[in-house]
Amino acid sequence: MTTALEAPSRRRDREIGILVAWRLGVAVPVVAVVATGVFLLAAWSPFDPIYQYFGVGVFSAGDAAVENARQQLGLNDSVWTQLGRWAGGLLSGDLGQSLSFRQPVGTVIAQRLPWTLLLVTVGLAVSVVLSLVAGVVAAWRQGGWVDRAVTAVGHTLEGLPPFVLALGAIAVFAVAWPVLPVAGLTDAGAAPTVDQVARHVVLPAVVLGISQMPWLVLHVRSSLLGALDEDHVTGARARGLPERTVVLRHALPTALLPFVTVLGNRLPEVVTGAVLVETVFSWPGIAAAVVTAALSVDFPLLAALTLLTTAAVLLGALLADVAVLVLDPRVTADG
Amino acid sequence: MAELTAREARPAVGNEEPWRPAGRRRPGTLRARASWTGRGRLVAGLVGLVVLVLGAVLIPWLGGLDQGAVDYTAVRQPPSLAHPFGTDAVGRDLFLRSFAGLGVSLTVAASCAVISTVIGTLYGALSGLLGGWPDRILMRAVDGVNAVPHLLLGIVIVALYHGSVLAVIASIGLTHWTTVARVVRSEVLSLRSRPFVDAAISGGASRRRVLGRHLLPAVVPPAVLSSVLILPHAVWHETALSFLGLGLPPHLASLGNILAEGRQAVLLGSWWIVVFPSALLAATTLAVAGIAAWWRDRTRPRRRSELAL
Repeated sequence: MTTALEAPSRRRDREIGILVAWRLGVAVPVVAVVATGVFLLAAWSPFDPIYQYFGVGVFSAGDAAVENARQQLGLNDSVWTQLGRWAGGLLSGDLGQSLSFRQPVGTVIAQRLPWTLLLVTVGLAVSVVLSLVAGVVAAWRQGGWVDRAVTAVGHTLEGLPPFVLALGAIAVFAVAWPVLPVAGLTDAGAAPTVDQVARHVVLPAVVLGISQMPWLVLHVRSSLLGALDEDHVTGARARGLPERTVVLRHALPTALLPFVTVLGNRLPEVVTGAVLVETVFSWPGIAAAVVTAALSVDFPLLAALTLLTTAAVLLGALLADVAVLVLDPRVTADG
Repeated sequence: MAELTAREARPAVGNEEPWRPAGRRRPGTLRARASWTGRGRLVAGLVGLVVLVLGAVLIPWLGGLDQGAVDYTAVRQPPSLAHPFGTDAVGRDLFLRSFAGLGVSLTVAASCAVISTVIGTLYGALSGLLGGWPDRILMRAVDGVNAVPHLLLGIVIVALYHGSVLAVIASIGLTHWTTVARVVRSEVLSLRSRPFVDAAISGGASRRRVLGRHLLPAVVPPAVLSSVLILPHAVWHETALSFLGLGLPPHLASLGNILAEGRQAVLLGSWWIVVFPSALLAATTLAVAGIAAWWRDRTRPRRRSELAL
């Protein structure tokens, strides 16, 4: 075998390359299946796009005009022809026209995506930092009051949807203690300067972070508890290392490896949380646009956002797996 | 470690678990916690669930008052003896409304759980039974469904099929069957190689008979359990859809509808409109989570240190 003679790092790189190529290869059919599924759902639904085209005018328009418009929009073609046309448009970069925003879908996404990325990044950072600190403290003193408080709060938060937390935050910050703005990207009419956005992102991001925290914190805790029982930790204790070194340098790194995977696989829930949080806080991101698009049955935008999210979820899982491969030399790459 | 409990100090004998260093565990805490993770959680979860379901059924029935009765003389009243949960923006009693809403939410969730279980069981059993490349294709399709965030897929379905109850139920039922399918498939895969299946096949049973007579009855318990576990997800999902204005129509007030109406009231300082319905929501989830945790510990025993949640 030639691979056995290569330097381990080279072999590693090749393994990672194969993993990435394989997963991207799998992702293409998955995205294609999702696109077809969403299109067929729409095609077989009772919703008729002609009403969207005419709006209220459909009731005053003559039969001939309606039929003419149908012909022009290609609605009389078979479902598969329409699907082919739509998919062809997607591949050539033409995402269609968003009816609820009266803009091309590409423009809507380009304008709103950065704000969602900002919100999700800050939210995830809050979530990771809080859950690492709380999880480590809880596992360190298992059975102590911190541990009990963290597990109780964690389990309670699991049962609360993000929008309840958001409403709670609004109740506190809009009424009782108005130090932070509770809605929008900027104050009314103000330009989106760094200062303005930084103040407005705090509440949505913290709510999003806390809503994602319970799974992460409980995972860090149980994973660190498992690591504390491992032989190399007992060995470190036996050598008389200080408790801090034992927990933070010997137990925590092994405990954190699965955490990366958990984080990558939680992306669907993060998206769900973002939909709810953005809506409650009137944050002008793409997740809030999903709701706007759904309320006015804006199929081109809805479909584009669904595909975008699907791709993001697959990418998140892939990144997590690559990160584990890079961090942990013991893991072997397989599909 | 000055005082070890009797349990920890006991040396390992025979088949008992090997002695482990106690680490930083406080003596005594382990045993109390262990009993809580055992039967206690199941009992607490079951009792909580029964109380909530009884409340959702009985309180709107016994309350006598129409839960939609508007009273403009008692608008946004804080909790009192007459209105234990307070009143909402048009003076409707929140106690009655919340429990009626819980009833609606649970009914929708239960229907979704049944749909998901039926679809998931059949799909998983088929996939496990066929094996080989059909199995691989079927499981790739499951991955495809899972790659779309469930709420997003639900929103797409509800948007296209308009906000009727049926659309909501379909949108949740059609997105949550994947977990059941996975559980059932792995169960079938492990059952397929058991002697009683071999005996049936060598006895001349057809493939359909093996599936219907021997495999499906055996996968019913895990399938039923995973449908119970879907329940909080489904409640959660329905509430989120209704909260976004995409769920149930307003006259069928679920917890999500009530919370959506509370969005404006909160800005006026009426915290009770949000607190009580969401407390019911959290209680339902926690009750089911208790049952789930008990089951998980029973079926997948792990190191005790991990169990002591």
